Amino acid sequence: MDLTWTESEQRFREECREWLRANVPAEPLPSGDTSEGFAAHLEWENLLHSAGWAVVSWPAAYGGRDATLWEWLIFEEEYYAAGAPQRITQNGIFLLAPTIFEFGSRAQQDYYLPRMSAAQDLWCQGWSEPNAGSDLAGIKSRAVRDDERGGWVLSGQKTWTTRGAFSTHLFGLFRTDPEAERHRGLTYFLAPLTAEGMTVRGFGRLDGDEGFAEVFLDDVFVPDDDGTTETMAAGGILGEVGQGWGVAMSTTSSERGLTLRSPGRFRAAAARLLELAHDQIAAGVDLDPAVLDAVTDAWIDTEAYALYTLRDVTGVVEGTPAGARSSYNKVFWSELDVRLHEAALDLLGAEAELDGSWMHGYEFSLSGPIYAGTNEIQRNIIAERVLGLPRK
Amino acid sequence: MRFAPTEEQAEFRSAVKALLVDTCDIAAVRASWGGEVGRHTEVGQGNGRVERAWKGLADMGVLGLLVPEADGGMGMTQDAFVGIAVEAGYAGLPDPLIETAAVAPPVLASSSEPLASELLARIASGEVTVGVGFGESPLVPCASTADWFLILTGTAAHLLDASAVDITPLSSVDGARHLGRVNWSTAASTVLVSSDSDAAVLTAARNAAVTFSSATLVGLSHRMIDMTVEYVGERHQFGVPIGSFQAVKHELADAALGVEFAEPLAFNAAHLLSVGEDATVAASMAKSRASRASQVASDACLQLHGAIGYTVEHDLHLFMKRAWALSRQYGDFRSHRAVVRRALLGS
Repeated sequence: MDLTWTESEQRFREECREWLRANVPAEPLPSGDTSEGFAAHLEWENLLHSAGWAVVSWPAAYGGRDATLWEWLIFEEEYYAAGAPQRITQNGIFLLAPTIFEFGSRAQQDYYLPRMSAAQDLWCQGWSEPNAGSDLAGIKSRAVRDDERGGWVLSGQKTWTTRGAFSTHLFGLFRTDPEAERHRGLTYFLAPLTAEGMTVRGFGRLDGDEGFAEVFLDDVFVPDDDGTTETMAAGGILGEVGQGWGVAMSTTSSERGLTLRSPGRFRAAAARLLELAHDQIAAGVDLDPAVLDAVTDAWIDTEAYALYTLRDVTGVVEGTPAGARSSYNKVFWSELDVRLHEAALDLLGAEAELDGSWMHGYEFSLSGPIYAGTNEIQRNIIAERVLGLPRK
Repeated sequence: MRFAPTEEQAEFRSAVKALLVDTCDIAAVRASWGGEVGRHTEVGQGNGRVERAWKGLADMGVLGLLVPEADGGMGMTQDAFVGIAVEAGYAGLPDPLIETAAVAPPVLASSSEPLASELLARIASGEVTVGVGFGESPLVPCASTADWFLILTGTAAHLLDASAVDITPLSSVDGARHLGRVNWSTAASTVLVSSDSDAAVLTAARNAAVTFSSATLVGLSHRMIDMTVEYVGERHQFGVPIGSFQAVKHELADAALGVEFAEPLAFNAAHLLSVGEDATVAASMAKSRASRASQVASDACLQLHGAIGYTVEHDLHLFMKRAWALSRQYGDFRSHRAVVRRALLGS
């Protein structure tokens, strides 16, 4: 065990901290899941990118600074501690990019990644369908081969697409072999939302933001990749035709695991929770001891999550990634986030219903146990793939 | 930054695990029950000790892991011990391992008394066990076989020879515990370390007991979960293994989840002990989580075994009852959460 940071990691932390201190907007931006807020967040992404902070762990050629996984963790800690804006680019940089790094051709990497880090292309995820949510393998959207034109024709409907209404591109799974069932015969497609035949309809989420969308595909043509930027601009395929499930699964473990929910995020929230508790105590608010216990539980669980992540990252660095164990991670952080916000609402008492940041955070936390694979599905994965219980 | 045991520590832990598989199997745990106390006399005729395992641990150097090299030990630090405490829990080892090998040595090593040095050497060689108790007349596991007692009060660590204390044997729900109420009287000669001279040593002793009992609970919980995974995979009802039912899967997943996130807290507390930092809050975080996780795990594992688990013929109870005891010994989940709460919120 060595729980200290090297000198160069500490310098990296200082550098992050100073830049964030000088650049994070003093007033929080309006939510990035609204059209007004999205524009403000886009400006922020441009600023991050120009200073080299958009994708710290990527190669410099793609807009990063070749940071180690440990440095990425430090960046995340500083980012959330500084109260910096949410990342509207996250579905691209955290979910799609790892898949492009793993499965994309060199030409695809060279084309898509710099545009993604610069927030020129804004990606949304096209996985869920009206009848394929937790049961993702039940996907019905199809891609039909068109040999004459040399490409694929996509049709179907995708839904619950976060920030779909503001994004420029979609990545998702489509059935390329109509005879194949379930996990077989699926292919991982990339497509611009501006393509002919794409219709995007935004709608309001529980928290009032208009961040959800459904995407209708009516014979959207994706040409075969001939290695030119023209065809890549019109979309493409990641990995092999028919291998989409395996390609997508590499993304889901990022989504469930640490890339989307680094501990820095919860540490910042737990620190704010503690501050709120101190404020309420100082103001003489009569608090039931059970509420203070709930605050303490949230704090302890946040520490446990942070330490667990250090162990996970050590494993990744040393070549033993978490695999199916990332489902533990997803269940834990998403339920911790809900409990943490519930503790804050209890501290606020009758004032909790005021439309403030804690209520907003609470509403958002409630999505955690649902997205990225519901926690019911995660518990199945833990039971079957980690513990080894029989599937049937 | 590296949150993992060293390669050497991992290998050592594996060797200890292999030793315990060999010397402390379920039959040995069962045989350690019984003796003259209480309602468990029919289960075994043991004295709460597994001598073969203890001798093996001494030969491997486990008992002297934290004993200074000058006193015949390995002079290692607590982060080398925490994984071993997990394995001891997994095996259900009833012997006073964490007390003798992890709580007592640093306290003894802080003293310049010749007796302390002599005792350290005898701990490392496996000749003596040390019963550890906190408070005025503590409940001490393996009291009837302990050669020495280290009693920690708020102000001092007292060292007493077995002949200097009065032991009332008490029946524990876990028949391997061979619990005794230790009555003793303080005298100037019993004081080994006082808080005036070395408060940090006393705090570290409390933190070691809390940390390593947490690690032991993690091991016990893993064992109960593994036994249950095996059982629900074999047991058929309605024509299918009951482990294929989602209600069963989710209950076990929740049990495993709690243990999964308690473990790094225990390793972190052991690390702080190793580097000599105050581990009070870290140890309490670990015990709070490990105690609760073991309770959740034992409830789930009993429930999922059904009626067969509710018998003394089945092995589950050997581990479950230890977990009931350890989850409250050295502080339960709420009392440790309260330690953290006071540190965070002052009330």
